[in-house]
Amino acid sequence: MINIFEVNETNKMIEQENLDVRTITLGISLLDCIDSDVDKLCDKVYNKITTLAKDLVSTGEEIEKKYGIPIVNKRISITPAAIVGGAACKTEKDFVKLAKTLDKAAKKVGVNFLGGYSALVSKGMTAADELLIRSIPEALSVTERVCSSINVGSTKTGLNMDAVKLMGEMVLKTAEYTKEDDCLGCAKLVVFCNAPDDNPFMAGAFHGVTEADAIINVGVSGPGVVKTALEKVRGENFEVLCETIKKTAFKVTRVGQLVAKEASEKLGIPFGIIDLSLAPTPAVGDSVADILKEIGLEHPGAPGTTAALALLNDQVKKGGVMASSYVGGLSGAFIPVSEDQGMIDAVNAGALTIEKLEAMTCVCSVGLDMIAIPGDTSADTIAGIIADESAIGMINQKTTAVRVIPVIGKGVGETVEFGGLLGYAPIMPVNSFSCEQFVNRGGRIPAPIHSFKN
Amino acid sequence: MKKTIITVVGKDTVGIIAKVCTYLAENKVNILDISQTIVQGFFNMMMIVDAGKIDKSFGQFSDEIRAIGEDIGVQIRVQQEDIFNSMHRI
Repeated sequence: MINIFEVNETNKMIEQENLDVRTITLGISLLDCIDSDVDKLCDKVYNKITTLAKDLVSTGEEIEKKYGIPIVNKRISITPAAIVGGAACKTEKDFVKLAKTLDKAAKKVGVNFLGGYSALVSKGMTAADELLIRSIPEALSVTERVCSSINVGSTKTGLNMDAVKLMGEMVLKTAEYTKEDDCLGCAKLVVFCNAPDDNPFMAGAFHGVTEADAIINVGVSGPGVVKTALEKVRGENFEVLCETIKKTAFKVTRVGQLVAKEASEKLGIPFGIIDLSLAPTPAVGDSVADILKEIGLEHPGAPGTTAALALLNDQVKKGGVMASSYVGGLSGAFIPVSEDQGMIDAVNAGALTIEKLEAMTCVCSVGLDMIAIPGDTSADTIAGIIADESAIGMINQKTTAVRVIPVIGKGVGETVEFGGLLGYAPIMPVNSFSCEQFVNRGGRIPAPIHSFKN
Repeated sequence: MKKTIITVVGKDTVGIIAKVCTYLAENKVNILDISQTIVQGFFNMMMIVDAGKIDKSFGQFSDEIRAIGEDIGVQIRVQQEDIFNSMHRI
């Protein structure tokens, strides 16, 4: 029988250490909505989403009450819009219309984000893919809850450098289109390499074409829980450190598993995966940077950071896979800058640079995330950053992503405020030497060899 | 039968158990086990109950008992036991 200490431990995690279920994401396939008429397509899409997801928010709230654990976000991911809209959307405006429909549907069912305004162009772009990509700046400026992601490369296909170059331009253009809102559009736009089909986390969530008609994916988080657990083993050796992270990750994942199963039963939609990611928020004590400090670094960015992050990421996965048979998505540690007070402090202290962050992304679950850069950064430079990050993903067979925000009208030393879960960020300097000739070559970088590993 | 865990945490005062138990009795909730400690002057109680016969929804039960807690200045939570079993038992 459960004892009082176990009950107290769980409740302390929830109350004081910010343990929560970060998101229940309902993945919806829109393949059966495809139509050659854009209005008919929008009607079908709207109806399917609002029918399937009508009880998503209320179910989430019910589960929240039942177990006394906060479920912070209820979200939806859809089949990449470039595929869904391919037959109907002949112009950028048509895609924007689809984006507006998605936004309307998201508002109707009460989810705070809907992901999947996406295109998968790791080898090449169809006409529809390119139209969608070119429509992103407008789509993200006229919608509130739609998130966009573009997969520009993979280990199997190499990097589509035409898409990389185009995305450099689109990131900058999205910033310009949303400059009145502190360039918020870019916070809803991710460029991926090796994007997973079942990621429940925004802004990169989409419902892959390999998935079933509808699926429940759950993202759990709890950097604060790991940090508190590590406080108790200060000064101990790596074995003890790793063991502690693993056990904590296990406990956290089990909660996610419970919530996922419950949501799946209540909604009558099959359970997909648990994504166990240490996802920080701007709240005090909800920080991955604080874990790195607890492991023994003065600030993230100090020598040793990559090793500390590597072990953290690996132990989180090891604990997680024991707790649930279906761990997927991005599972690992997120290192966004603006969403993590400890990372912001490290940048302000001069400990953390984009170059070090890039090195850290080689061993953690995503990439350069929520990093504010000067507004006068060129599209080519952004494309160069995307190319570097994608190359890390391609060669190391892992997911990497870029979500940078060129803040129009601001420069290094200033800060930008996004608000809410997105936090605020100091603008970080970017290497200003040119990569123009490199990104303008055109074509693609071939897929890497899978032998001779060194 | 799914068990429910009620936890009460707060400053110790007269009548905490009485108030909680009265509410439970009125709502046909059967108490299976109680354990209680005082940690650094804070009252800390856990009850395992069977709420199978209650006429209210779980949400309403949870809200009402939370309100009783607020009246006496303690925090009361109601959670189904699965969350603890999942986390602490393999």
